[in-house]
Amino acid sequence: MADAVEVVIGLEVHVELKTESKIFCACSTRFGSPPNTQVCPICLGHPGTLPVLNLKALELAVRAALALNCKVARYTKFDRKNYFYPDLPKGYQISQYDAPLAEHGWLEFRVDGRMRTARIRRVHLEEDAGKLMHDEVTGETLVDFNRCGVPLIEVVTEPDLRSPREARAFMEELRAVLQYAEVSDCRMQEGSLRCDANISLRPRGATDLGTKAEIKNLNSFRALEKALEYEVARQTRALERGERLVLETRGWDEGRQVTVPLRTKEEAHDYRYFPEPDLVPMTLDPEWVEQIRRSLPELPSQRMARFQAEYGLPAYDAGVIVASRRLADFFEECVRHYPHPKTVSNWVMGQVLGYLNSRGLEPEELNFEPERLAELLRMVDEGVISVSVAREVFEEAVSTGKSPRALVEEKGLEQLSDTGALAAVVRQVIEEHPSPVRDYRRGKVKALGFLMGQVMKKTAGKANPQLARRLLEEALATEREETP
Amino acid sequence: MRCQQRMRKMDEGCLTDLSVHQLRVLLERGEVAPRDVHEAYVRRIEEVDDQLNAYITVCPDFPPELENRHGRPVFPVAVKDNIMTRGIRTTCGSRILARFIPPYDATAILRLKERGLYVLGKTNMDEFAMGSSCENSAFGPTRNPWNLDAVPGGSSGGSAAAVAAGEAPWALGSDTGGSVRQPAALCGVVGMKPTYGRVSRFGLVAFASSLDQIGPITRDVWDCWVLMRALCGHDPLDSTSAPGQAPIPPPQSVESLGGVRIGVPREYLGPGVEDAVRDAVLKAVGVLEELGARAEECSLPHTEYGLSAYYIIAPAEASSNLARYDGVRYGHRTCQASSLLDMYELTRQEGFGAEVKRRIMLGTYVLSAGYYDAYYLRAQKVRTLICRDFERAWARYDLLAAPTSPTVAFPLGERTADPLAMYMADVLTIPVNLAGLPALSLPCGFARGLPVGLQLIGRPFDELTLLRVAQAFQQATDYHLYRPVVGGEVDG
Repeated sequence: MADAVEVVIGLEVHVELKTESKIFCACSTRFGSPPNTQVCPICLGHPGTLPVLNLKALELAVRAALALNCKVARYTKFDRKNYFYPDLPKGYQISQYDAPLAEHGWLEFRVDGRMRTARIRRVHLEEDAGKLMHDEVTGETLVDFNRCGVPLIEVVTEPDLRSPREARAFMEELRAVLQYAEVSDCRMQEGSLRCDANISLRPRGATDLGTKAEIKNLNSFRALEKALEYEVARQTRALERGERLVLETRGWDEGRQVTVPLRTKEEAHDYRYFPEPDLVPMTLDPEWVEQIRRSLPELPSQRMARFQAEYGLPAYDAGVIVASRRLADFFEECVRHYPHPKTVSNWVMGQVLGYLNSRGLEPEELNFEPERLAELLRMVDEGVISVSVAREVFEEAVSTGKSPRALVEEKGLEQLSDTGALAAVVRQVIEEHPSPVRDYRRGKVKALGFLMGQVMKKTAGKANPQLARRLLEEALATEREETP
Repeated sequence: MRCQQRMRKMDEGCLTDLSVHQLRVLLERGEVAPRDVHEAYVRRIEEVDDQLNAYITVCPDFPPELENRHGRPVFPVAVKDNIMTRGIRTTCGSRILARFIPPYDATAILRLKERGLYVLGKTNMDEFAMGSSCENSAFGPTRNPWNLDAVPGGSSGGSAAAVAAGEAPWALGSDTGGSVRQPAALCGVVGMKPTYGRVSRFGLVAFASSLDQIGPITRDVWDCWVLMRALCGHDPLDSTSAPGQAPIPPPQSVESLGGVRIGVPREYLGPGVEDAVRDAVLKAVGVLEELGARAEECSLPHTEYGLSAYYIIAPAEASSNLARYDGVRYGHRTCQASSLLDMYELTRQEGFGAEVKRRIMLGTYVLSAGYYDAYYLRAQKVRTLICRDFERAWARYDLLAAPTSPTVAFPLGERTADPLAMYMADVLTIPVNLAGLPALSLPCGFARGLPVGLQLIGRPFDELTLLRVAQAFQQATDYHLYRPVVGGEVDG
């Protein structure tokens, strides 16, 4: 059955744009302020107030559209989407309906090592709504209007995604592209990147779309993938039983890991769209659009190709690193100071990402200069510290913000690389442990490990391991010659 | 109607009879102080407003900060109650905003304040500016100072009545389909609807955003120009406000109207127009011809569709504009609700009057899926045709002359049960709003003791021609110098 059925997924993604002020008034867009402290008569929908478009929002939206390979409209306008909800102060959302900012784009992404492309149907600009907060104790619902009027773009894909994994990979690539283009922070946990998914099944080879469900409340990449997997199973089961699916909106219940029905088509809103009379239609100057296009930075797919070609990184490494612009910038800067790309890549993917993941941080929150990592790696090469000490120094440097070299000095972590001093320790170890020395000389090579351990113990781990091993081997060989 | 119409010529010794430019002379000469003017108006309001009900809110105290403006003149102004005045209740004539105190001033108010004006009070109006008689107010109807049994027109009926009755030297109104011009005509004062985009709409409570404009209501044309000059100008807070506007130069006294070409659209003199109104308007056109203008009949063939288009577009926009009165953030909220939906429904049921509800329903209907193309889109096409009618006229004429209202003031209660009859009151003013043009109404005669208004319609942003022609007319006539004797007022 599973192979006879094709999964069809399309996404509607809402992305908050990184502007200082809201889309139609001068209020701040900062996240996390106390409720209703970033509001004014305009974003509260007071009588008599009017919207004025923030041109920075328009510019960022055009930037996003260009990064997604869309055709930006010459003529575009705003429309009102009418519905009642307490988080919507005017009783309508200023959005775009039949003349969106941009259309006909595409985004290439990688899934399981293969490249796939999804078409972007449209990108349009709109305002965000407020947030409802339910007080569990009193049963009251309160509204925070801080988010109300934050600029959003809605990115709508064609139904080109064929599995939950693809949907997730697409979203990850979309996030990377929008971060690269510097249009959004794309923080899903802060709601600056939100996604609804349309999913339906059809017999493989069919061209008509099956009856879809729209899934809402997908607050993480994981939730997106899990909810879609659940839907594939639910819809498959229903079709196997011969049931008819209904066109409906469902919500992802994170706690129970299921989707639940929210409303059916009969209950759907009639939004009564009409042109927003308070804002004049816009004619975008193609030269301005071209200027924005020229100012776009290298995007993740281009950068990945370059990382493979220029630094000789494996596709996997390049993919992991370019997924975050900050991480990729970090990598490149570090390589500039320490020109061993594969070593840097190993450290970035291992230590750096490991550190971030263990604390639930985003790469943007990394408080560590790439020059510092280069400095650390150079100390390993110079034999000043061992790799294992370097790992500890990294952890400490990242969390304290101190320079690795200062930490090494402060804590006296330098390796003992002084041949004379180390030779004395080696001699001492050999004298104190005649039995393992004998074993080694009789060919029991494993005994060398024990002797090395003793050297490290006596030097509190600071002995340069390569040097210690060489001196130990030399000493053992010499003394054997002397014995007979 | 009771036959109580009485009128008198203005009295130059009576402060509340004077136009503002006359008052300015007295103030500049130091013959009266701003406080004297203020107190004269407050007294007048106390005398006659019980009968007229022109005000919803009166501000009886002279603003102390204006006590010493170093000789710069200070004038009171009455403001329609749909224009936001910081700290002064602004109700829109509605229960739903009956206790609403705005946290900010409309741009128009700020501009007036910068020029030494202060708010004398907030005037009565049809709820949310929806009406042509001032009877759709939650605060009771306003009466016409020329005849207390007649309506003052609407929706800026309170402002027009106040200026006519000497309760304010001048006033602000708003005009969506004739709401400044029609009450100005019915109350015998001057009213102007500026070109769409001339005056900022920021702080004007939106009824139909693509049609609304704030406009002055004054005793004569010169005052109209003074207030226009103060109001006009680009406002960065209103995206529909026109950038790069030059101030309107003064309509200096005009010796002759030689070279001025006036079109008189025949559709504006059709069967719906009262004979006495038609006669007064044609006589006024004759006066303009005597002054040297050339007038001829012309045609605006799509006029008859204006009313229908208007009653689709305006309610459509209104249905959306009035969605914000939901009881969540401000204004009336029901205390009966047990659910969110209940709260919305009861709040709006209790807060809005019948005409507002009717228009919200009309607007919701015409925007609904499946009806949009047939109604809203079609009405927009009609709007385009009406604009083209006017554009064609501008090839041959500098302005158009027509009646402002098909009738003089009609009796209170006459049309309240028949919305269509009420809607007809705006049939001659609506096309101007649909086309975004400037138009001015000025007194041009009396019929049965009630004032008749002459409407002058101009090219976009050519308010100056209208003001100059109107000024020439007022120099040649004295209709603007008559004052009503209000109800029980002692004459003389």
